[in-house]
Amino acid sequence: MHNALSIAKKEINAYFSSPMGYLIGAVFLILTGLFFAQYLLATQEASMRGFFSPASFFLLLISPVITMRLIAEEQKMGTLELLLTSPVTDLQVVIGKFLAGLAMIAGMLVLTLYYFVLLMWVGSPDLGPVFTGYLGLILLGSAILSVGLLASSFTSNQIVSAVVALGILLMFWLLGNLGTFLNAIPWAKDILQYLSLASHYSDLVNGVLDTRDIIYYVSFTVTALFLTVRSLESRRWR
Amino acid sequence: MIEVEHLSKYYGNFMAVDDINFKVEKGEILGFLGPNGAGKTTTMRMLTGYMPPTSGTARIAGYDIFFDSLKARREIGYLPESNPLYTDMTVRSLLEFFGELRGLDKTFLRRRINEVIERMRIEEYVETLIGKLSKGYRQRVGVAQAILHEPAVLILDEPTIGIDPIQIVETRQLIKELGKEHTIILSTHILPEVSMVCQRVVIINDGRIVAADRPENLSIGVSGQDKIRLTIRGPMREVAAAIRDLNGVETVEYESTGTDGPARFTVSARINRDVREELAKLIVNRSWGLLEMQPIGLSLEEVFVKLTTKEEVEVGA
Repeated sequence: MHNALSIAKKEINAYFSSPMGYLIGAVFLILTGLFFAQYLLATQEASMRGFFSPASFFLLLISPVITMRLIAEEQKMGTLELLLTSPVTDLQVVIGKFLAGLAMIAGMLVLTLYYFVLLMWVGSPDLGPVFTGYLGLILLGSAILSVGLLASSFTSNQIVSAVVALGILLMFWLLGNLGTFLNAIPWAKDILQYLSLASHYSDLVNGVLDTRDIIYYVSFTVTALFLTVRSLESRRWR
Repeated sequence: MIEVEHLSKYYGNFMAVDDINFKVEKGEILGFLGPNGAGKTTTMRMLTGYMPPTSGTARIAGYDIFFDSLKARREIGYLPESNPLYTDMTVRSLLEFFGELRGLDKTFLRRRINEVIERMRIEEYVETLIGKLSKGYRQRVGVAQAILHEPAVLILDEPTIGIDPIQIVETRQLIKELGKEHTIILSTHILPEVSMVCQRVVIINDGRIVAADRPENLSIGVSGQDKIRLTIRGPMREVAAAIRDLNGVETVEYESTGTDGPARFTVSARINRDVREELAKLIVNRSWGLLEMQPIGLSLEEVFVKLTTKEEVEVGA
């Protein structure tokens, strides 16, 4: 764990030693802020829904940019050789890099708490959906990051890594919509619905805390991280 | 300190390293010599745990590189080929990062960083981004990183590539000094480097070890004969004929250095047949003037070319 934290710390510093970290944060805040304000003015309702609904999709678009460099850049620069010949396990490397991404997302979400403060000032929002909404974003964020990390381990080209991640993510995001074409085969529809990244999130935004949703995101994340470790190991075996 | 046993590596069907064996004793500097693509980097990557061997194994300070990989890696300081470093980090933060990964405790690490930056003379650049450093300084950071955790073994892959001649000389000096505290494997394709720095050489070609010995012994071993250079004042042809008649002498080549001047002779004798005394006696008896007599081995270049091109010659013949 100690090693993973050292790696996470190094990666977080790397985000802020270039404009990348600031840029990602700014884009996310501007976009969600616009939607939040628009929803609040239109409905006059003290609810975070105007933030939570679009935020998930923005997260999906932005996260591949957060994760694309994590392993791909090290392969390109050759520093992966130094990292992997240090006394650290592949798992520690993957966990460390994942935690760095998660810290970035958590940091962005902390900044959006300011929307909540605004709501408290103008009305009295329901606390339950706010809590489950943020929980949903963190869980969804973990799943998205783990896919991005996996994509980053496949290649030494950051652009390729981002595009692959986005492709996989959009597919999982839209699986639920695909299900609507399958009304004739209910079990297939249910499976697609269950696999969809989006459908589990809507429960949480609605304030429903269902363990199935939590289990889905956690197992999704663990699977993708496991595959990332294997991908890193396979590079050793090649 | 380093024991390599039957180490092999295949990339698919391509054999990069084929059943190599060698040992490096504590405190030794071993030169790992071979043309580009001979399998040097692959061997080093296996030793450092970056990629596992297809078969065979090696032990670093007693730890198996496969089964005790983490412990073995802790004993190794590694300077990979082309010296990759995080260009977006400062020298200090890079050293702190690798120090933490190698499990150094905080106070020791802080002291140790000061020691290595002083030793590598990079004090003024500790807060500089590595991306802004010149190649020579990056090289020093690379070495600083490698010696940071006081490893028993240093593995340096082509450490003098891409830096200027003065820095090359400095680097060689440094490697010699480091040899007092660490066991070192140094890969290179630059021959003088080996004779200058290393106590022992392993020459690798096409994934196989073709020779392993002290640099000076290699010269004789490969040529299969001893050569002696002589400068003699006397009737050139007569001298040459007389030398050729000596027991043990195989060939005599000669050239004059001008009319009536002394002539130069190169005498090849059978291996382990020292003909120098007999030569001297002969020359003195005939009252010619012996101006110079010097045994010459093949230069390391000649040895190297001979060893690494042997097979092609045989195929051609």
